[in-house]
Amino acid sequence: MTSGPPGPVRAVNARLAVSDLSVRFRLPDATVHAVTDASFEVGSGQCVALVGESGCGKSVMAGALLGLLPGNAEVTGTAVLADPAGDTDLLAASETVLARQIRGRRVGLVPQSPAAHLTPVHTVRRHLVDVLGAVGPERAGRAARHAEAERVAAAVGLPVTALDHYPHELSGGMAQRTVTALALAGRPWLILADEPTTGLDAPLVRRTLDELRRLTDAGHAVLLVTHDLDAAARIADTVLVMYAGRIVETGAVDRVLHEPRHPYTRGLLAALPRNGFHPLPGLPPQLSALPPGCAFAARCPQVGDDCVRRPDLWPRDGHPVACHRPC
Amino acid sequence: MLTALGVTAGWVPGRPVLRDVELTVREGEVLGLQGPSGCGKSTLARVLALLHRPDAGTVCIDGTTVPGFRHAAPRALRTRIGVLFQQPRLSVDPRLTLRQVIAEPLLANGLRGQVRDRLPGLVETVGLTAELLTRRAHAVSDGQLQRACLARALALRPRYLICDEMTTMLDASSTATLVHAVQEYRRRERAGVLAISHDDTLLGHWADRIEQLPGPAAASAQGP
Repeated sequence: MTSGPPGPVRAVNARLAVSDLSVRFRLPDATVHAVTDASFEVGSGQCVALVGESGCGKSVMAGALLGLLPGNAEVTGTAVLADPAGDTDLLAASETVLARQIRGRRVGLVPQSPAAHLTPVHTVRRHLVDVLGAVGPERAGRAARHAEAERVAAAVGLPVTALDHYPHELSGGMAQRTVTALALAGRPWLILADEPTTGLDAPLVRRTLDELRRLTDAGHAVLLVTHDLDAAARIADTVLVMYAGRIVETGAVDRVLHEPRHPYTRGLLAALPRNGFHPLPGLPPQLSALPPGCAFAARCPQVGDDCVRRPDLWPRDGHPVACHRPC
Repeated sequence: MLTALGVTAGWVPGRPVLRDVELTVREGEVLGLQGPSGCGKSTLARVLALLHRPDAGTVCIDGTTVPGFRHAAPRALRTRIGVLFQQPRLSVDPRLTLRQVIAEPLLANGLRGQVRDRLPGLVETVGLTAELLTRRAHAVSDGQLQRACLARALALRPRYLICDEMTTMLDASSTATLVHAVQEYRRRERAGVLAISHDDTLLGHWADRIEQLPGPAAASAQGP
């Protein structure tokens, strides 16, 4: 690839430190505990994968970091974005700050189902030029923005011929690259990728993931939200396993996916076709009615008397795991 | 047997996606169907489910040639085939609770009296809980909704089940649960299953035999 990723990000020593992030949704008759006490860090040159079953709170976490949750969400904790532009707590920042300084500029979002995030009546070029008008260098002229649009497109492998296509004329791969290009247009160093590979076919999944890894190696920080353990294994440095809104195991990708300590992580791995295809029994608990003890106890093969107390996340023989009876 | 004979089908006149395709799903077997995206896997699934009229060719169900497609398909033939789609969210009415979603085929076929007897079994087969049945689609996860779609597809005891990328949107655990539920139904009722997926490992574990559809370039000179 001749043109590198957008922006001189390699030099940036930037970091997102999330600490005790909790998200509650107040409903008329219940409180949904979507995320509870999540803490982790992701820095430039690092890819962190957040994995778990659907409905475990992964996407809510990504939404909380960008201030994109519905009005009835109550978010507590801190998420400090530290880079040369200064330190900003994403959870305390006002909508104005998020809109003018954060989204698209310091944090880019690669959304799920790319085609649904494009305007059907605009071409790819128009999308890019419009976004560059909003987040690009100030006072850039029309010609400069068009040149920049082609450069950003080339950086993610989007051919010039695709620029004049409308979203319905794009294949899944081209649509994926278009939203990636849009996410990178404002040269953010942190990229949140929310299920970027769902619904794509296998070669396309690999290409999309390798693209994220390439961005990581170029100095970006990537938070990959996915239910696909193989996707995490392919590109992540660190894995966070989430169950019922809590991080239950975390560590280097090789450790967590090859020597899982939490019965849930082990169960997820055993459900993969190549590992025997054993489904986890039961269903995840409702996030509005979590048990007081370990949330996984009802489905756990190693459940015991001590599981009525909630286990904390702390290191046992290598990496942190929230379980009284680790494997 | 569920058979496609010389099926040519597509969406734009004069540009068929499928040309002269032959395919047979036998009773009690899982036939895996593979092929690159755009090669017509889903089109073939819709033709076999009698939801799309082919330009040429016929579909046979247990020796009976289907005389019409979509609303022209006789009810007795139509209900012998169950279908599961890739995106559960797009395949349920958002106004219905999961209980209504699952009971819908029974009501539509004048079998209201059977709902009370059949529903608990269907719900148990797919591993849903009673509490979830009172919710609407927006209040459950994709995995839970797809379980409801499977229960709905099995409500009329179809002889054949067509699973078009049934698990693509789902996590490993939900995938394993759904595939096991389909396998159990297949064994119990000796039903035939057409499993369409681009996941080679999944089909390797699930299918008894695998057929390959050629890519769009081979099927049509112009391509879609």
